[in-house]
Amino acid sequence: MLTITLSIFIPFLAAIFIPFLYKRIGRHIGWFVIIVPIALFILLASFIPSIANGETYEHTIRWIDSAGIHFTTYLDGLSLIFGLLITGVGSLVILYSIFYLSERESLGRFYVYLLLFMGAMLGVVFSDNLMVLYVFWELTSISSFLLIAFWYHRKKSRYGAQKSMLITVSGGIAMLAGFLMLQFLTGSFSVREIIATIGQYTDEPLFLFAMLLVLLGAFTKSAQFPFHIWLPDAMEAPTPVSAYLHSATMVKAGIYLVARFTPIFGTEMSWLYIVSGGGIFTLFWGSFNAVKQTDLKALLAYSTISQLGLIMSLIGLGSAALNQGADANSILYAQATFAALFHLVNHSTFKGALFMVVGIVDHELGTRDIRRLGGLMAFMPVTFTIALIGSFSMAGLPPFNGFLSKEMFFDALVNARNFDLFDASTIGILFLVVAWIASVFTFVYSMIIVFQTFFGELHIEKLEKQSTREASIGMLIAPSILAVLVVGIFFFPNIIGNYLLRPAMNAVYPTLAGAEGLAPKIYAWHGFESVALWMTVGVVVVGTILYKTLRYWKGIYTVAPMKWSLDSVYNALLETLENGSSFLTRFYMRGYLKDYLVYIFSFFIVSVGAAILLTGSYSFDFSNNAPISLNEYLIVFAMIVAAISILLVKSRKTAMILNGVLGYSIAFLFVVFRAPDLALTQAVVETVTTALFLLAFYFLPEWKKEDSPIRTKVFNGLIAISVGTIVTVLALTVQGNKMFESISSYFEDSYNLAGGKNIVNTILGDFRAFDTMLEVVVLFIAGIGVYTLIKLKVQKEGRDYED
Amino acid sequence: METLISILVGILVTVAVYLLLSRNLIRVILGTAVLSHAAHLLLITMGGLKKGSAPLLGEGAESYTDALPQALILTAIVISFAVTALLLVLAYRTYKKTATDDLQALRGFEDE
Repeated sequence: MLTITLSIFIPFLAAIFIPFLYKRIGRHIGWFVIIVPIALFILLASFIPSIANGETYEHTIRWIDSAGIHFTTYLDGLSLIFGLLITGVGSLVILYSIFYLSERESLGRFYVYLLLFMGAMLGVVFSDNLMVLYVFWELTSISSFLLIAFWYHRKKSRYGAQKSMLITVSGGIAMLAGFLMLQFLTGSFSVREIIATIGQYTDEPLFLFAMLLVLLGAFTKSAQFPFHIWLPDAMEAPTPVSAYLHSATMVKAGIYLVARFTPIFGTEMSWLYIVSGGGIFTLFWGSFNAVKQTDLKALLAYSTISQLGLIMSLIGLGSAALNQGADANSILYAQATFAALFHLVNHSTFKGALFMVVGIVDHELGTRDIRRLGGLMAFMPVTFTIALIGSFSMAGLPPFNGFLSKEMFFDALVNARNFDLFDASTIGILFLVVAWIASVFTFVYSMIIVFQTFFGELHIEKLEKQSTREASIGMLIAPSILAVLVVGIFFFPNIIGNYLLRPAMNAVYPTLAGAEGLAPKIYAWHGFESVALWMTVGVVVVGTILYKTLRYWKGIYTVAPMKWSLDSVYNALLETLENGSSFLTRFYMRGYLKDYLVYIFSFFIVSVGAAILLTGSYSFDFSNNAPISLNEYLIVFAMIVAAISILLVKSRKTAMILNGVLGYSIAFLFVVFRAPDLALTQAVVETVTTALFLLAFYFLPEWKKEDSPIRTKVFNGLIAISVGTIVTVLALTVQGNKMFESISSYFEDSYNLAGGKNIVNTILGDFRAFDTMLEVVVLFIAGIGVYTLIKLKVQKEGRDYED
Repeated sequence: METLISILVGILVTVAVYLLLSRNLIRVILGTAVLSHAAHLLLITMGGLKKGSAPLLGEGAESYTDALPQALILTAIVISFAVTALLLVLAYRTYKKTATDDLQALRGFEDE
């Protein structure tokens, strides 16, 4: 269906038009932007009935045929949930940002980035082709980077943007490698084709690597331990961005990926261990650290990390349904994934509302530090109500939707103790205990949000904006809608269960699709014998006690010093990398010509020398040598003496004359070798060169004795001798191994071919005249160069051209 | 003869490399000049030496020496002459501007 493909492109198209509209329209540009997500939401919502009936939609635009990369979109239950979240929360966030951001901000830029992000995110969830998925995946990283650094004049914004970029893009690259491995295994980039055929490849060694790399991408994006550190720093973004990207959509891209790839990797035991283990630990770590935060947004960031860990661990546990075979329990195990998807929806509602509440507090009072806040309930009743609903839902209390998914979470963990692979009495219990402790911490920080912000005494003098009034109605609309949803889902959970979660479950478990009980009915009341109920009661009791005694045990957060935190590890790592690379570069890029020449010659010695030695290709054959007469010996001997003397002489004039000796001797040798033209040219050129050298000496200082230490001289000498030896060996080897006859006999017909009797000249002027032409050009350019260099000196007196 | 010239080429290359590794600008230029001598000799040696008479028709010779390397060397001589001339003027300009011909001193700034 083309509609789905179009829905990806509409935000991008809208983003193109924004800059044009922004300058011309007097009204807030957000009113025009908001049309896009609302229209898309309605469009996607119209698919709900048919998707619930088990239909799926697919559309392909051929893109790069030769590489098997096509723009294929695929709409099923799983992508529909995400599509609705992206467009639904997107509409509310834009509505909120219209009132949140003032007209003085560069709004055009803001909405362009936001629409880019929305389009990219829709692309991620609707793409069936791995490469297209990757393109959109990176586009979400980039647009998130741009949005975090929206206030780019702030140092912390830039730091947070850089950090999130580095971490998510590193994960993205790993994921790309994993995708390529999958393609290598199965020969297809299409997710559905891979799901269909992956069964035959699970024993391949690449399979495990592909799994780990894809997971790395998902874990970095979804802020799982230890890659969660970018998320709290991303809170420097404007609050609508935090609400949208960093609670409801982008951080769930990793969750989407894990859910989407469960049919591919879920049969693997290690997948279950890594995803659920990583998730459970992230759940604990995030909730534990959230309690100590004093900034409300940072608290919500850690709470997001923790909730994402919860969802991740549930999806991991849900994969047990695939690797436990098709016994009666597998449907039961799949309930974990059902809980995960349900909590995913719930989390988007209450976390979006909470972020908006914090934004309102920040916007009205100028601070979000809980040590300065208190007693806001009196004049912010609506905000307080929303915060209460959101926090209690997050804590898992009735009558809010968080209660339902928290119960299902505990149920799933209780079920997990029956796994064949877990030793029921150890790991299963451990998971349960860790999750329960994490829930207690979740309860504590949820209470902190409500009670420390809205109860207690108002210290108006501590606030930056000393106003006591409720936020504008417009700003309250979006969080109110979310709060209504939070309550609404609690009372009518099965609407979501039937229409959204059931088709999504079929997408995650294609083998179990349509099975009875795959998507159970959601009940708020499980009876007194339910373990989950008593666990929740325990959470509330212990959580209340812990909250009341918070100031007595808060000291445990200062036990571990700051330098042990993962942030300092990250900073130290970056610093070490920078220092290390700069040290390495300084070590060899020293700026001395001599050093670089040493590298070049050493490389020559090592590569050519080793090649000759290792391949044993040196072989000498002296049989074809021409005879040597006495005067030739004399010439060569004179040259050797002259050459060596150049190194030893004290005066540069002597050296020059010795160079002349070399040049003229070569001219003599050319005579001996029957090359009259060469002898002529050599003699003339040598004369001019010597004259040039002498001319240069008139302007240059007398050369000083080389006063470098003896060790350097020996080293240079060794390099020089090695290079010379290798050249000689090469020359001798080549001469002894002529592979075919020279082509010069052709040129010997030059009189007939070119009308000339001097073969060398016909080659230069007729057969290979291109060489000659360009050689003339070289001479010409050198002449211009010489002229310019000398002329430039005259002009230089007045101005300095180097600046 | 070829063996002898090959050894000569090796010696010239050794001298040239040693000169190139020197600190003095003029010595480096001299090194390039010696290196081009070595290259020209190597070229003509590779074509085989004294295989016949000079490559001039009309002398009625039985065979000629290989004319192609000679043409190549002729081109190379002219090019290396042009390069040497340019290098010399460059050295002259460098000295005028920096008042030194010591390559160690011509390193530029400490931390670029």
